[in-house]
Amino acid sequence: MTDTSTWATKKGLAQMLKGGVIMDVVTAEHARIAEDAGAVAVMALERVPSDIRAAGGVARMSDPTMIEGIMSAVSIPVMAKARIGHFVEAQILEALGVDYIDESEVLTPADERNHIDKHAFKVPFVCGCRNVGEALRRVSEGAAMIRTKGEAGTGNIVEAVRQLRDVLAEIRRLQGMREDELFVAAKELGAPYELVRQVAAEGRLPVVNFVAGGISTPADAALVMQLGAEGVFVGSGIFKSEDPARMANAIVQATTHFTDAKILAEVSKGLGAPMRGIALESIPDQERMAVRGW
Amino acid sequence: MTMRIGVLALQGAFAEHVATLRAIGAEPVEVRLPSHLDDVEGLIIPGGESTTIRRLIARWGLAQPILDLASSGAPIFGTCAGMIVLSREIVGGEAPVLPLLDVTVERNAFGRQLDSFETELDVPVLGDTPVHAVFIRAPVISGVGPGVDVMASLPDGRIVAVRQRNVIATSFHPELAGETRFHRLLVTMASEHADPGEGVGRRQYPTRRSQHGR
Repeated sequence: MTDTSTWATKKGLAQMLKGGVIMDVVTAEHARIAEDAGAVAVMALERVPSDIRAAGGVARMSDPTMIEGIMSAVSIPVMAKARIGHFVEAQILEALGVDYIDESEVLTPADERNHIDKHAFKVPFVCGCRNVGEALRRVSEGAAMIRTKGEAGTGNIVEAVRQLRDVLAEIRRLQGMREDELFVAAKELGAPYELVRQVAAEGRLPVVNFVAGGISTPADAALVMQLGAEGVFVGSGIFKSEDPARMANAIVQATTHFTDAKILAEVSKGLGAPMRGIALESIPDQERMAVRGW
Repeated sequence: MTMRIGVLALQGAFAEHVATLRAIGAEPVEVRLPSHLDDVEGLIIPGGESTTIRRLIARWGLAQPILDLASSGAPIFGTCAGMIVLSREIVGGEAPVLPLLDVTVERNAFGRQLDSFETELDVPVLGDTPVHAVFIRAPVISGVGPGVDVMASLPDGRIVAVRQRNVIATSFHPELAGETRFHRLLVTMASEHADPGEGVGRRQYPTRRSQHGR
């Protein structure tokens, strides 16, 4: 009669996060700043993506001590990242009791072929995507929330915008198809037919869809919200800016009032320098994170 | 007359409440600023993160206008985070936000996300069919004042739905389960508020008492 960790509760937590900002934090102190600024959840990790990018080497799940420190510091949900395909890191994170696991391309993939079987877990998962096919493959593996990947740690919104537009344009294309065309569409997308049909019927992904990877100003957040994101992840954009508390608060306000240009102007004033960005062309292909995952 | 019902749209699952209201023939209005409360006959405070919603209510000066709306008699309905926002006392000592319910509320009372659950719940005032209730990092009411009606409790006695005059709150999410009876109740209360022909005055509607009293 009473069932815990059902699909409805997994997907439902993501629904509760909508219209909100999920912030990367590396210490309990950061987590408290994020919570005070109005973050709906924090992503606990050892280094923000721009530092992972700078450090190179293999990026792994964070130390459980650090994750627990953050879990006890705040009352909002705490997410943590596991490597793509590394189901043991995910088992460890579930044992810690984190509220959501991000099977993330920001860390170095552990499996070049398979993602984690997320149905096997009680904890819900969020996964990255660049297009509808990738999103639906992740949902079929059990992801209860999707985020477009952007290009993490760049402070550059261009990839996030491209991917979000691609996802939404593909959904519109599916909506316009005849029923008998959806079979081939599913084949071409490499996604399960049942999920493709659901997207065509409902005009949206089967789970909540956030945007990640490159948001570094209130205007960036409002841009993706106006395009159709249901909320935002901000990684390096907050704690690599000059005044993280102010930037965090301003991005929260902009995500709520994303259509009100007067408010956006107001909250954008005097924030200090945002993180220094990177032009995408200057990143060699093998260092791009968005292409990880399949 | 179509009821205009506000849905606080600062953060959280407001779109689900908007859809539910539309499905039962009410007119939803997204509320982000005090001016959006003009001409609404009721208000829903959705699930979301209560710490976030609390800060946004304060930042945009929404507390007093919502309290004024409630004291005018317009119905207010809070789900999950909305229940926390409406409670007079929050375990742990956080300041109340809109202290309209004389109750003590405990945040994340069942634990973390791994303890989220769904169940069938008897809500006698809504009839014999149980409510399919989805609880997500949900709060519970750990104490009620004298004016508070308990609408539903779990088998272990923990209170998960309350009503005090024109204010209703649930720990769970009717809007995630295709459950419309709470919203219908809210809309009924809103129409009574908008047109007080029922109960007082007897201006336009014949009632048993006015027909028989003559």
